[in-house]
Amino acid sequence: MLEIKDLHVELAEEDKAILKGVDLKIEAGKVHAIMGPNGSGKSTLAYVLSGRPGYEVKQGTATLDGTDLLELEPEERAAAGLFQAFQYPVEIPGVGNMTFLRTAVNAQRKARGQEELSAAEFLKEVRAKAKDLEIDAEMLKRPVNVGFSGGEKKRNEILQMAMLEPRMCMLDETDSGLDVDAMKLVATGVNALRDEGRAFMVITHYQRLLDHIKPDVVHIMADGRIVKTGGPELALEVEHNGYADILAEVA
Amino acid sequence: MALPKIKETATETRLAALSLPEGGWSEPARRAALARVQSSGLPDRRDEYWKFTRPDVLVGPDAPHAKALETDEGELFDSFDRLKIVFVDGVFDAQASDDLKLEGVSIERLAEIADQDIHWARDLYGTLEERAQTPVARPLAALNTAFAPDGVVIRVTGKPSKPISVVYHHVAEDSDPMLHHVIRVESGAEATILENGPAGARFSKCMEIDIADGGKLHHIRSQGRDHERSAVTHIFARLGAESSFKSFTMTVNGHLTRNEAVVELTGDDAIVHIAGACVGDGDFLHDDTIFITHDALNCESRQVFKKVLRNGAVGVFQGKILVKEGAQKTDGYQLSQALMLDGDSQFLAKPELEIYADDVACSHGCTSGEIDETALFYLRSRGVPEDRAADLLTLAFLAEAVDEIEDQAIAEDIVSRLENWLSRRR
Repeated sequence: MLEIKDLHVELAEEDKAILKGVDLKIEAGKVHAIMGPNGSGKSTLAYVLSGRPGYEVKQGTATLDGTDLLELEPEERAAAGLFQAFQYPVEIPGVGNMTFLRTAVNAQRKARGQEELSAAEFLKEVRAKAKDLEIDAEMLKRPVNVGFSGGEKKRNEILQMAMLEPRMCMLDETDSGLDVDAMKLVATGVNALRDEGRAFMVITHYQRLLDHIKPDVVHIMADGRIVKTGGPELALEVEHNGYADILAEVA
Repeated sequence: MALPKIKETATETRLAALSLPEGGWSEPARRAALARVQSSGLPDRRDEYWKFTRPDVLVGPDAPHAKALETDEGELFDSFDRLKIVFVDGVFDAQASDDLKLEGVSIERLAEIADQDIHWARDLYGTLEERAQTPVARPLAALNTAFAPDGVVIRVTGKPSKPISVVYHHVAEDSDPMLHHVIRVESGAEATILENGPAGARFSKCMEIDIADGGKLHHIRSQGRDHERSAVTHIFARLGAESSFKSFTMTVNGHLTRNEAVVELTGDDAIVHIAGACVGDGDFLHDDTIFITHDALNCESRQVFKKVLRNGAVGVFQGKILVKEGAQKTDGYQLSQALMLDGDSQFLAKPELEIYADDVACSHGCTSGEIDETALFYLRSRGVPEDRAADLLTLAFLAEAVDEIEDQAIAEDIVSRLENWLSRRR
């Protein structure tokens, strides 16, 4: 599904290399976890894929089902089925959460040549999905993420993911700032979306999240590269021993 | 002190082109206003109060020509049950207007009641305008008091069941109307006044509003979409105890617009909210000049002005809150913000607070900025196309001003016009 080859990326303004040759292949139906020390390039990888401005791709490719992602505008990447749950969801005063969700859902449907959802259909769907994530009607009415707690913001990200039904989901430190109960809720939301046609890239610092969202593959990123790939046991190793051993081993 | 020669000549030239309506109860007030114009002279670019906005097109003897816009957008407020009063280039259109009868309110036309001594109107006409001449002269308002041949005279005594809607059509390219409205809201009464339309090639309008204790007035206006028109408008309001005045203005396009509001809070616990949302493109200058005086205990004033500017448009804000000695527990708030959709536009702002009481809360915020790139990316990352995302954020920027409209249906009508403006700019 997602295929990244030899991806080199710099910060556009600082001329600073962040990704130094990332290779990664994620197949449909799989959950890949990406771990690694701070500053290793994990979030940058997600941002570059979703098309945030400010990065310059120097070399390499990234494709989603064969489509060159790097050539597309962010909204086209979303319509192609890519989704990033942000580490820091953005507050947008003045734009209602419902308006935002409906605009997004219908824009994607339109881009894919599907019919737009009617107000009633949309409402029914969003209410059902919000209920699973314990998002109440009041939160749906408020402006996007404004006045939301950290946990509410993350749940709101998962709600968006559930509504947009992307094929390739990237979760960027979705567990950061969550208490155990909130994390379980988020994990349940994610697990409900797992199916054979959908893949996940879960960026995290902690094994804890991976207890709830069981990965098929774990990658360790360091200094802009994926330095080690293994099964779920690799995450446990990190949890117990930190990164020092792994980094020494691959150095 | 004698006026500078240039100013004196400009003033005389303008006055020579006008004729003062004679006879009737308003004549003394008109003569007094004329004397005010002659003593202060009409504004020019050297006046501090016109530092950011050149008043030339408002002062000259002839209205600069302005084409009336043909549009299929349909009339604003058309879907609402309302009492319609229509002026075409400043001339009352009886055919298009409703019968001026509505329970809880009496509505007359200034031009028709010269011979009837309506004492409250006589006492009010020109009075609030004159009070507002200090500390800053507003000669264009005095000029209007002296010469406006018509306007509506409204006395609200109850709670009329529907809004009073004044519609100003613009047809002739050289029309130069002046209208002067006088409104009195009696104790405990409440009404909504809607205004809509460009009114003429050059429009001068005054509204003197006197709200008695416990009275409430809602005012929502839209100034029409004609690109070349110019306008100078004044709202003068005096508020009694526990009264409330909420005014919102939408301005879409126009060559030059100067909207002044001068409000005096004279009774305890009164509330005034003045808000404006304007959007302009290219040859567009919009000026909000506000002066709010707190002269009683525990009053609230709130100013919320938002301007969306692009392609060389200019936004001006001059807003002042004056808290007089003894006006304790004043709650004053002032917000003026511009959103620049490109690098060519300008926002000029002069927020002022002058406070002589020690137990007050007054705050002001004044910013200008661009569309938030982070928010834009967030929306795009969810599949919202860039244009649509920028529109959403622009409307969100304006929302704080539009939110000042209490009636949800009216607010939605206003928002739909702002959306239309955005979608036309593609």
